[in-house]
Amino acid sequence: MNPALSVIFLTTLLGAGQGLFLALFVIEVRVATDLLPAPSAGFYPLGSAIAVALLAAGLLASFFHLGHPERAWRSAAMWRTSWLSREVIVLPAFMAVVAAYGWAHWQGWSGTLLIGMVGAAVCLALFLCTAMIYACIKFLQEWATPLTLVNFVLLGCASGVMLAAALAALRGEPNAGVVGSWAVVLTVAGMVSRMASLWRNARLKPRSNLQTAIGIKHPRIVQKAQGFMGGSFNTREFFHGRAPGTLRNVKWLFIAGAFVVPVLLVQTGLATGSPVLLVLAFTVQFGGLVAERWYFFAQANHPQNLYYQAVS
Amino acid sequence: MTQLALVIDLNVCVGCHACVTSCKEWNTSGEAGFMSDDNPYDRDPTGTFFNRVQTFEVGEFPNTQTVHFPKSCLHCEDPPCVPVCPTGASYKRPEDGIVLVDYDKCIGCKYCSWACPYGARELDEHQKVMKKCTLCVDRIYDTRLPESERKPACVLACPTSARLYGDIHDEESIVSKAIRESAGYALMPEWGTQPANHYLPRRKTEMRIHEDELERADNPLKIDGRLPKPGAKAPSLDDVTSW
Repeated sequence: MNPALSVIFLTTLLGAGQGLFLALFVIEVRVATDLLPAPSAGFYPLGSAIAVALLAAGLLASFFHLGHPERAWRSAAMWRTSWLSREVIVLPAFMAVVAAYGWAHWQGWSGTLLIGMVGAAVCLALFLCTAMIYACIKFLQEWATPLTLVNFVLLGCASGVMLAAALAALRGEPNAGVVGSWAVVLTVAGMVSRMASLWRNARLKPRSNLQTAIGIKHPRIVQKAQGFMGGSFNTREFFHGRAPGTLRNVKWLFIAGAFVVPVLLVQTGLATGSPVLLVLAFTVQFGGLVAERWYFFAQANHPQNLYYQAVS
Repeated sequence: MTQLALVIDLNVCVGCHACVTSCKEWNTSGEAGFMSDDNPYDRDPTGTFFNRVQTFEVGEFPNTQTVHFPKSCLHCEDPPCVPVCPTGASYKRPEDGIVLVDYDKCIGCKYCSWACPYGARELDEHQKVMKKCTLCVDRIYDTRLPESERKPACVLACPTSARLYGDIHDEESIVSKAIRESAGYALMPEWGTQPANHYLPRRKTEMRIHEDELERADNPLKIDGRLPKPGAKAPSLDDVTSW
């Protein structure tokens, strides 16, 4: 596929926002059960505000993907069949719950845990919707695996929790170290699952080939003409147009940027008590995850490309 | 249940692109709006088409076959592009099985094109909506046209009659017979989309001539030849007849 920046930023920003909210909620649960010291008063509202901002930025990015953004409201219609439609419904709902969560903390209301529980459930539903948009297309074999969902959840949580750790460190919260260690665990877990999907995809056997595409059972078929000399939507949308070397470089870039470097930065930041390193860790990881998502799209090999292999 | 479809005979298609041009001509002039082109007479031309004719070479020289392969929306019986559409703009008509896009509802998210393994959908770069073969739905029911012309434009244009059109759920239709009798097949059966359009394979062209047609079974010469030959001492006509 040809990666679209709008969708890359949609999925990465949503992941970070969701992870940040989950971090806040888990911190609150651990505080409520006396496993962690309570953070300062403004921590939850600020964190929620940042989470809502990230989600809103993701939503905004998604509009750039549409040919007719003014009709976007229509996309809530087919929630019975379409994961995209479900995401369109769940995302604003999640934003509302996170905003309510932050507002309730800001006002000092009780019952924030209850809102948080609802938020966590909606958050997981949003992860499911986002991942299933890709995982449900069975002939995009690189995506059609439960690993897609696992990756979206773990990578989103990793970057969001990383942001929570950076935020806590910047504000001098007592929990920064613990949250930082969660970020490390999640990043390592995300690395394991992403490596598993890379390993799986490297061994995929495409079920479609030129023989099934045109229905001629001959071992040697060569395309001589695709029907037109110039480009078309089919030649632009479904192939990234980069050399295999670029893909390989991006792969190593995101393995380093999304996993290895952030873990080192967080560990160093926590050891030296430097919030700047934690902020840097989040920034580097987010950049790495953007590269990861680019690779996720670029690696998916659409079977329609079988029909467009030679201009003439 | 009706399922209208095209059956394309690869044994007959000569790759003339008449179906492509007639499709574009009919549909760009239709009430659904034009199918936009960019740089049609310049470098890097691009545009929206519902139908393409591709060419494949099968086999190794000198034993090769050139196969011209027209490709348009297959109007799958289980279309993967329809359920993914978030707005309901993409739909399959229950009455005749045609898969259509409501251009007024489409938001141009391209998700349906991702969900089509055949690459049958193209985004119009100017109207920013997804477009695809309509099976000339604005033609085939038009009662102002004579009955013989109520067919998709590509079918009417084909000079070799490589494109057949009809209801594949009607066992007696021309398309069902063609599929049945000429081994019609579907593309990429591995994804379970059950394409309505079928293709007829290349067939070895053989003259079917029975021996009877080369040599008469009742050839009088042969009949005579089969009679037992009289022996040398056998009485001849001269022996029994006195003139």
